Amino acid sequence: MSKSVVKKMLFILSKAHIDSVYAAMVMANGARMEGIEAEIFFTFFGLDAITKKKLKNLKVATVGNPAMPMPTMLGGLPGMEAFASMMMKKEMEKLDMPPVDEFIEILSASGCKLWACKLAVDMFKLEEKDLIDELDGVLTIGDFYERADIEGTQIIFI
Amino acid sequence: MELNVAGKTINLTDDGYLTNLSQWDKEVALAIAKEEEVELTDAHFKVIEWVQTQFKNGVSLSVRGVKSSGVVDIKEFYALFPGGPLKKATRIAGIPKPQSCI
Repeated sequence: MSKSVVKKMLFILSKAHIDSVYAAMVMANGARMEGIEAEIFFTFFGLDAITKKKLKNLKVATVGNPAMPMPTMLGGLPGMEAFASMMMKKEMEKLDMPPVDEFIEILSASGCKLWACKLAVDMFKLEEKDLIDELDGVLTIGDFYERADIEGTQIIFI
Repeated sequence: MELNVAGKTINLTDDGYLTNLSQWDKEVALAIAKEEEVELTDAHFKVIEWVQTQFKNGVSLSVRGVKSSGVVDIKEFYALFPGGPLKKATRIAGIPKPQSCI
């Protein structure tokens, strides 16, 4: 058992940028590997990461991303987002970073709970069949707060 | 740090990891496993052997590597070494603490 005073990490993922999705997944997996409980609540565009049809095509933002090593005007050109995303995925593969679908499998098997936000699911008119098989359920934010049921729980918004 | 097992002195890092795999044997594994509150079975030793092989081949360990190891799946891995599987498995196996974030 980890000596850390952090016992449970709850993540709220609200974005579909691949870097945001990986941030949540790496931190959740890292928690599990330390013996810390982890759960992710997917809301708004974060739902894309658990939507079967979308999760393999997540992109990095080439516009409005000051850290992107290219001028913003170029970032808006057709195909640029796909190209940058492909390059990024290639680099991640080199670090043995699993693709999103495999990462979900790993997280689920490691005991990380994966929840979809009720409000966002309704807003995007999604059904459970549109979402990953590993999903643990659809929750309201109130239900998700109730998951913070032990001392040493932290909630992180991404 | 040091660990005494059956009259032998084993050198450990401050984190409690062996500094030299050549000092490792089954008794050392059992002694460290006891500290980690893991009761070693054949299934554990299969994983231990696999992580040692990875280490000897210079492959850095990650959860994805475990998934494709063929000796254990992720669920079993967590069940065998509860509360920090890769850290515990590597410590019991006598190899350095993994440096990967994944």
